[in-house]
Amino acid sequence: MTTTSITDAGPNKFSPAYLLKTYGALIGIAVVAVVLLVWAPSSLSTFRLGNLGKYCAWALAAVGIGLAWGRGGMLVMGQGVFFGLGGYAMAMHMKLEAAGPGNVPDFMVLYGNGTMPGWWGPFRSGAFTLFAIIALPVVVSFILGYAILKRRVKGAYFAILTQALAVAFSTLLIATIKQTGGFNGLNTFTKVFGQNMYDPAVKKDLYLVAAALLILCMLVAWQLYRSRYGELLVATRDAEERIRFLGYDPANIKLVAFVVAAVMASIGGALFAPLAGIISPSNVDATASILLLAGVALGGRAGLFGAALGAIAVGYGQSTLSEQFPTQWTYFQGALFIVVMLFLPGGIASLWKKISAALPKRSAKPEVAGAGATSTTVPEVVA
Amino acid sequence: MDAFTTPFLTGTATGAILLLAALGLSLTFGQMGVINMAHGEFLMAGAYAAYATQQVITGAGISIVFAIPVAFLIAGLLGLFLEASIIQWMYKRPLDTLLVTVGVSMVLQQAAKDIFGAQGDPVKPPSWLSGGIKVFGYNWPYRQAFTIVLALGVLAGLNAVLKYSPFGRQIRATVQNRELAETMGVSTRKVDRITFFLGSGMAGVGGVAIALISGTNPTLGGTYIIPAFLVVVAGGLGQLKGTLIAAWVVGVATAFLTDWTSGSMAQVISFALVVVFLQLRPQGLFTVRTRSLA
Repeated sequence: MTTTSITDAGPNKFSPAYLLKTYGALIGIAVVAVVLLVWAPSSLSTFRLGNLGKYCAWALAAVGIGLAWGRGGMLVMGQGVFFGLGGYAMAMHMKLEAAGPGNVPDFMVLYGNGTMPGWWGPFRSGAFTLFAIIALPVVVSFILGYAILKRRVKGAYFAILTQALAVAFSTLLIATIKQTGGFNGLNTFTKVFGQNMYDPAVKKDLYLVAAALLILCMLVAWQLYRSRYGELLVATRDAEERIRFLGYDPANIKLVAFVVAAVMASIGGALFAPLAGIISPSNVDATASILLLAGVALGGRAGLFGAALGAIAVGYGQSTLSEQFPTQWTYFQGALFIVVMLFLPGGIASLWKKISAALPKRSAKPEVAGAGATSTTVPEVVA
Repeated sequence: MDAFTTPFLTGTATGAILLLAALGLSLTFGQMGVINMAHGEFLMAGAYAAYATQQVITGAGISIVFAIPVAFLIAGLLGLFLEASIIQWMYKRPLDTLLVTVGVSMVLQQAAKDIFGAQGDPVKPPSWLSGGIKVFGYNWPYRQAFTIVLALGVLAGLNAVLKYSPFGRQIRATVQNRELAETMGVSTRKVDRITFFLGSGMAGVGGVAIALISGTNPTLGGTYIIPAFLVVVAGGLGQLKGTLIAAWVVGVATAFLTDWTSGSMAQVISFALVVVFLQLRPQGLFTVRTRSLA
């Protein structure tokens, strides 16, 4: 036991155990990358690939939720807002592309008097749209996060306020039918950045972009988790006052995670709009935000893979089961929250740890430290 | 004058419903740290209890009188069941109760849809509540006045229980210092359960008021839960007067904002106002002073 703990903490950075513990997650990301970028495009039909792309878009938001909620302890119940900011920015650009230069989107003629609000103008430019997809969530999440977190509003209060934000956002969208398409949202796109959206090759490229960005965001999250900042974030989650007394400002630490999570959600939304062919208030409201949480809770909020793969699984369940069994799906979804939060708060990623803890020890030697080390890396690779 | 009295009186009635919804939330949140997102569904259960009572006792005049205790009991028992089956295992993880109860609320909403149908059912107001009274030229429906009387009655009853009954003393002791209350022989487990019953029951009474004004609907809980939580957040925990004032202000402010702009803008602005308000008073209007850091 003493020897293992020395090798764990000691300077031997080339021992297999140390390498697996430190870089094991990279192997997992590589496996996910191979599945998403190599296996899926070669063996799935264009339709299924498009669906998988949608789940990847949700998973992007989920990775951000894992960062903010799993590591930062902030229960973000309004990520749909940031998902929507990115999604609507992208959709506005595609709407203007479909209308052609100088013309206004079709629904504005249908519901309004055919004049375009001034703030739509800049979205004609693709470069501005890409800029807005990043900048909009940064600005909104920073202002809101600064206002809430600096006043030490936390826990349930924080969660309620984010959910209220999602309710307000979707209500606002529904009410502004002449500016945002209202309840129907924005749909019937034809082009994305000059490419014909009905072309299967373009659809495949869209999927590849979504999958690649998901891998990229997972790498970013991986690096954040193992950085000093990641340690600080977990410490803030577990003992905020202690961090404050050590001289840090917990609000700043949490604000960074909140903003990064918002940007990831926005990127997810921006990919969701072209992949799904629509973005509407029902994709971004409180219910949609909670569905994003469902995937993260199911997979395991604190792990890198739990959040992403959980979101893909729930997305798959949502789009296949909800159409066949709408009633049962709602019950199932409710039961999912109850069972997972009640019995398995760490999600499926923690299942292995639970099972191995419940199993009788095979050897009489107390290998607690060794068992702990393997159980933190192994399920992540498996999941 | 009409531009003032109409939103003022309608808003006060909305505030009364918010008060009935928020009282239970504030009690359970303040005492146990539990955030019950299924609380809105207790409102819905109360509304359906009123509807069901009217199916049994057809006389509209008398059925509402019976509906109030029935709704209190049904919603209260639902709350008790929720506490005993799920929440009691989660007191150590208060934030997780939020998501568990989100799941419960999904199940309850779908159950209501399956039992009563996705469309809402109307609840006939009794004859002694139809009509209205002229207030500065506005024909104020008696139903709204009745809602306010009902909410204030429940508030007075709760206040009396908390202040004068031995059980109320136990609740207050548990809120102020759980460990000390336990050492003094208070069974905090029992207190928690009864608080949950009372809080959920009051939501049921609120549901009767909603049913009278707008009928029943499987999703009506969802429309009230967020404003009710904003009331709890703005009012502060563990103090009835904070909840009362916050409910009234939120109700009236939303009514005025709706009058000036639109229903949806009013929602957005009132959310923004609560965030701004929390800048000034992060702990809400009133709060029990403790020495804890949190």
